[in-house]
Amino acid sequence: MELSFGVILGAWIATGLTLFILSFLYEDNPLFKLAEHLYVGVSLGYTIVKTYDTVIMTLIVRPILEKGEWSLLIPVGIGMLMLTRYVPKAAWLSRYAFAFIVGVGAGLAIPRTISSFILKQIEDTVRPLLGIAPGGGVTFDYSLLNPASHLNGIIILIGVVSVLFYFFFSVEHSGPGKAVARAGILFLMISFGAAFGYTVMARMSLLIGRLTDLIEFSDASYGRPTLWLVLLTVATLIVLSRRASTHPPNQ
Amino acid sequence: MIFLRRQLPLLITMITGLVMAAQYYVPHPASEQLLTTVTKWLQIIGGFALVLGITSLFHVHAAKIRRKEAGWAYSLVLYVGMLGTIIVGLWNNGKESIDGALTSFGWVYSYTLVPLQGTMFAILAFFIASAAYRSFRARSREAAVLLVAAVIVMMGRVPLGEYILPLSGDLSSWILNVLNASVRRAILIGVSLGAVALSFKIIFGVERSYLGGGKE
Repeated sequence: MELSFGVILGAWIATGLTLFILSFLYEDNPLFKLAEHLYVGVSLGYTIVKTYDTVIMTLIVRPILEKGEWSLLIPVGIGMLMLTRYVPKAAWLSRYAFAFIVGVGAGLAIPRTISSFILKQIEDTVRPLLGIAPGGGVTFDYSLLNPASHLNGIIILIGVVSVLFYFFFSVEHSGPGKAVARAGILFLMISFGAAFGYTVMARMSLLIGRLTDLIEFSDASYGRPTLWLVLLTVATLIVLSRRASTHPPNQ
Repeated sequence: MIFLRRQLPLLITMITGLVMAAQYYVPHPASEQLLTTVTKWLQIIGGFALVLGITSLFHVHAAKIRRKEAGWAYSLVLYVGMLGTIIVGLWNNGKESIDGALTSFGWVYSYTLVPLQGTMFAILAFFIASAAYRSFRARSREAAVLLVAAVIVMMGRVPLGEYILPLSGDLSSWILNVLNASVRRAILIGVSLGAVALSFKIIFGVERSYLGGGKE
């Protein structure tokens, strides 16, 4: 299949930028800095365009021009007050905008946080320790693989209570309290380890994605950008390294 | 003047806070409409907050270029990348694709932003691994527990790990779904209690740092 010029050019640019950033693994160098600043610039430009499209056009201009929702000028006015921060004598006017945002945020947070993050979490933690068997009597599910089993329910209850107790500093952690706090630390360490392992694997997944692209772009149909740009990057790093050793930067 | 500069903002915070907190307990269409409107307003005002951040970054790099400070050419690259993306994005009305075909803005996203972002986060894997090698020595019982949990989760997330350590898949799921879930739940409850307390402090004017410094 014949590839378009846009796809081939994109493959060369994507490969180059990927290699420039990976070159940081050798040492900090101008190629990495170039790619790094381009990343900041492009992502900033992207955010600006998206904000322009979703906020200015979709939420302000179109509703006002097409539906006559002139009340939207009120939040526009409040938002404009924020920009008074650049005028020292009128900077206090920006407080109205911040007061509105913070007030609404705090008001929205109170009932929703209590409902969703406190009561619901407690409800899911404090579950029946035994189940009712279909023919009468009680059952106890020992399965560790089922997160909703009774055994796991008890483990979760112990974990939640011990971790909360560890962060409760109003009483001294001594005697039985010390044992509970120690259990809390144990749970915390396992959780931190799991979070670390999970993060590493997520990053590895991203790396595999980039390497897959590099392998794909080494194909002749793209003009083998991976091959040529690896050579170019390595050559540039060698030249830069030699120049640095012959002309050390001024202290 | 002190009323306008100091007390009126606190009053606005209190009234909006109490009204929005009460809104949750009023199951009426007008109450729902209020929530929808205010949420839209917050999005609009948030857009202006972005302007503040961007202009600040603009100033920093503009000053670097003007004074020809060390590395000013990189600031120029940043400007070119940003302005180029803005021009292309506005030209395409912020759309990455039209009828399934990639626009030039979509091209910038796919061939510039995605590889840059992906690689930038991917190289963190090396730094995390390097930091772990230096600091993850099982010096204490707690550190050993952390290390073992991390290894099991890492092994359990890939087929090779499960092949080497057959139990790691189930064990990893149990650690993530039970032990990790209990800790996350406890932390969430603690953080939520703190957030509710802070919200009350803000509404009743005890916490005022969001208004900024200044004598008045």
